[in-house]
Amino acid sequence: MVAPFPQVEHQRVVLPEGLTLDCNVTIAPLAIAYRTYGRLNAARSNAVLICHALTGDQYVAETQPVTGKPGWWSNLVGPGLPVDTDRFFVICANVLGGCMGSTGPREPRTDGKGAPGDLWGTDFPTVTIRDMVRAQKKLVEQLGIERLLAVIGGSMGGMQVLEWAAEYPEAVFAAAPIACAAHHSAQNIAFHEVGRAAIHADPAWRGGRYWTDGTIPAQGLSVARMVAHITYLSEAALTRKFGRKLQGASAVTFLEDVFQVESYLRHQGSTFVRRFDANSYLTITRAMDYFDLANERGSVAAAFRGTDTRFFVASFSSDWLFPTSESRALVRALNAAAARVSFVEITTDKGHDAFLLDEPEFHRALGGFLSGAARELRV
Amino acid sequence: MPDHSPIQYVAKNMRLDLRLIAEMIPEGARVLDIGCGDGALMAHLAAEKQADARGIEIDMQAATEAVSQGLAVIHGDADNDLKHYPDGAFDYVILSRTLQAVEKPQEVLAQMLRIGRHAIVSFPNFGHWQVRWRLLTTGRMPNTDTWNTPWYRTPNIHPCTILDFFDLAAKDGYVVERWLAVDERGLKAPWRRSVRLANLFGEQALVQLRRG
Repeated sequence: MVAPFPQVEHQRVVLPEGLTLDCNVTIAPLAIAYRTYGRLNAARSNAVLICHALTGDQYVAETQPVTGKPGWWSNLVGPGLPVDTDRFFVICANVLGGCMGSTGPREPRTDGKGAPGDLWGTDFPTVTIRDMVRAQKKLVEQLGIERLLAVIGGSMGGMQVLEWAAEYPEAVFAAAPIACAAHHSAQNIAFHEVGRAAIHADPAWRGGRYWTDGTIPAQGLSVARMVAHITYLSEAALTRKFGRKLQGASAVTFLEDVFQVESYLRHQGSTFVRRFDANSYLTITRAMDYFDLANERGSVAAAFRGTDTRFFVASFSSDWLFPTSESRALVRALNAAAARVSFVEITTDKGHDAFLLDEPEFHRALGGFLSGAARELRV
Repeated sequence: MPDHSPIQYVAKNMRLDLRLIAEMIPEGARVLDIGCGDGALMAHLAAEKQADARGIEIDMQAATEAVSQGLAVIHGDADNDLKHYPDGAFDYVILSRTLQAVEKPQEVLAQMLRIGRHAIVSFPNFGHWQVRWRLLTTGRMPNTDTWNTPWYRTPNIHPCTILDFFDLAAKDGYVVERWLAVDERGLKAPWRRSVRLANLFGEQALVQLRRG
């Protein structure tokens, strides 16, 4: 039996009016857990919002309180770094549906149903990427910021960036969607479904009510993470790191041999369940699957027609989860909308994960883009 | 032939033909620079002419360099990316020393004049006397200062002469608004009143077109 990860205190705002979701359900109150770095200037013009990916959180540039590990983008966000917290006021919020303090399946339900003290669990309403962005908009307003200098994010964070730019163009001076796409592809949905099926198939999931007796579907969630983790890497990176090497042996014996890559994946799975909630995983992967920017807007170009936002699109050559072709399609749609756009494909063998890793060219390009935007706004 | 004012500003490290092009762009123009390299012309136009400058660059290293300077440059190429821009999105679309290297020059020109009110094209002149002389005397592909890569390695798959280019412009109904032939050092050639002389003595041509 694996116990759920400990509840820790998160900094958050609670908005009593709540939020009406795309599925027409209103959640009230709405809690948004967030962190900020740096100082908001007098003109309130130096705010940069960072959007995290599927299993990320608001601890972008500091020690994560549950894992004790450094912030997930601490190589990019900080004093003197490309997203310079000496210059910019950086905000990062846990997404709606997440499990680090924002309203989500792991929080007490507030719809008056169930027993007192019950968590939302699988009764948490369906959320979309746009719902996440609407919640962030409320936070940004709460912080007294009318227009963000930039919204930056990779993977699912990039999807949020695109929703921000499409939904609130006047509030986004510059947008940096990284390693993402204007919709979630069939292949991506398929991989997510394997992960969800693994969670559903774990008897410990118990129809989503595992939280009632303080256990978690560790096996299912771990398998979901293992599958997903493969999609974040590239074949070249796996070969470079592990090849066909065995764990603790030099030759195959046909007796319980374990390849290093297996051991690595198991480790990824088992550490993940100690920091992430299974029902949150189900909720957020669904939100990603529903993401299609063109939906209700006619086309991606139509979503951005007449926009004044400047865009920085970046992809990574060995990323097969969000391949360059999808970033290029996004760039072409932005061109069709006559938007101001920069686009680079970074050469790397590190796969989708490259957006989180030390990629100097990427960091230089993003930093240059952000500085350029700051110059234009005289920040 | 239209008049050419003297060069007013010489940017450091900017290729000579780019300086000549920069002279042709008015204040505040919306400009697309195809094959913008590291963005030297764009940066110059933005700083000196308050232009809204965008760029396309085929070389990733150069594109990344340009983006790192905060310029609106995308990695892409003339053959594949122009068709995605809307009609009349730019005042000037620039293609500098690239026309001879694209896959479909005629289509690229047509796209340039669809998305821009004016097109500015510079290209090396294959009709230059040295080219003609080398071919005539040696019987081999010319090797000159301008045409200096062997035929099996050259990216210049569609070389043309100034006369050829003017023929294509006429055939497709474009108006030559101004043109100029220069030598390799970017000095304006004195034979600009005669296309035939320019075609013999100009190493590079710089032409501004608009739709007819």
